Amino acid sequence: MSFDFPLIWNSLPDLLGRGLVLTIQLTVLSVLVGLCLAVPLGILRASRNPWISKPIYIYTYVFRGTPLLIQLFLIYYGFGQFRWIKSTFLWDFLREGFWCCLIAFTLNTAAYTTEILRGAIQNVPHGEVEAARAIGMSRFTVLRRIILPQAFRIMLPAYSNEVVLMLQATSIASLVTLLELTGVARVIIARTFAPYELFITIALIYLALTYGIIWLFKKWEQHLMRHLGERPADAPQEGALATR
Amino acid sequence: MFDLKGYGHLLFEGALVTIEVAICAMIVAIALGLVGAAGKLSRNPVAHFVANTYTIVIRGVPELVLLLLIYFGGTVLLQTIAARLFGHEEPIDINNFVAGVLVIGFVYGAFATEVFRGAFQSIPKGQIEAAMACGMSKGQVFWRIKLPQVWRFAIPGLGNVWLVLLKATAIISVIGLPELTRQSTIVMNPTRKPFTVFLIAAALYLIMTAVSDVFRHRFERRAAAGIRQI
Repeated sequence: MSFDFPLIWNSLPDLLGRGLVLTIQLTVLSVLVGLCLAVPLGILRASRNPWISKPIYIYTYVFRGTPLLIQLFLIYYGFGQFRWIKSTFLWDFLREGFWCCLIAFTLNTAAYTTEILRGAIQNVPHGEVEAARAIGMSRFTVLRRIILPQAFRIMLPAYSNEVVLMLQATSIASLVTLLELTGVARVIIARTFAPYELFITIALIYLALTYGIIWLFKKWEQHLMRHLGERPADAPQEGALATR
Repeated sequence: MFDLKGYGHLLFEGALVTIEVAICAMIVAIALGLVGAAGKLSRNPVAHFVANTYTIVIRGVPELVLLLLIYFGGTVLLQTIAARLFGHEEPIDINNFVAGVLVIGFVYGAFATEVFRGAFQSIPKGQIEAAMACGMSKGQVFWRIKLPQVWRFAIPGLGNVWLVLLKATAIISVIGLPELTRQSTIVMNPTRKPFTVFLIAAALYLIMTAVSDVFRHRFERRAAAGIRQI
């Protein structure tokens, strides 16, 4: 068995030009929209009022407790069961694999990010909040000027992990016929039957993307933490493999 | 809405397969995790390099790609070997249960490696020095001091790995193993109720994670018995 390098070379335009572009689109869009959902949800989730925090906990529990693949299939195949949906404008979105992926990925990452943000908000030093209240800031001002910026710094390492996991999760979009990186590779393999060449190539592309994201987040974190000087040696290892 | 025309039992059978795959994969992951942690903490540069490469690659490549690479790539590799060495020309099938367990175990073994590495490092140095001072050999220190305690530090992390691993088994459906997700995609066609089917599947997964959560809390309390709580 020999490694077919010309095949890899000839596949690169398709892999990078179509596959990689769609992979990045899916990742960036779902992560950004997910973050926009997660900020208000995370703030409400950190509320001491159980009537506010519990319903959000149910949402995050359900989305974190079931596989993303099931959530995707539920949206992609599931809504066809209801005839009334097919007659509304919703069907224009729900019959497209792209939108189904985007909805599933966004709701999923929003659930995880909500819990990350909640943890970070609850870890903001209480003295800072009290100090801000003492000099007369309103609750909203405290939230905007003290709690959120601090929570954002605290959550950044965990959040970079979430973004990496989302990037990898986009590979399942190929199971609903989307031609992102994994999908394009599978199409080429079906034609050439060269699984090694193609899968190893896309594995290397994912690897590069992953460490690119980790590097960017590290730079960003250093920028946000620059007022603190050197970090203590026992700080959590950057980019270490972690579950979410 | 919840009438599945007699196909419902397939979902429960799928759930059982999911549990079987998950348990077998977890055993593989724990074994690989212990080996990987030993490699990461060892002073041997080769072991260190292999263990680090393992976690770096797993972190950077999606499970689905690894699954497809090992399942389809492995088939091609075995076929080539069989053809060259034994003149065997018929197609070879890799058992998809074994392939699924190995891939999921291999992926989550990397996560378990990080858990065990942290756990070994959490064992107070003083205890190890004390044991050495008593004249214990390195092996004795490992079996008598480190291993009994490493579980206490590793159990919260392993609980997390288990929860993620359980959900990750859904992608094995891609190689045709009749676990819960695969069974759902089969049942959805004759019943023509995809929403109901996937809703039930999601509920079954949720029950599995909820039950795991209860056990996790119980294990954590047990592992921490005799430790002063703050």
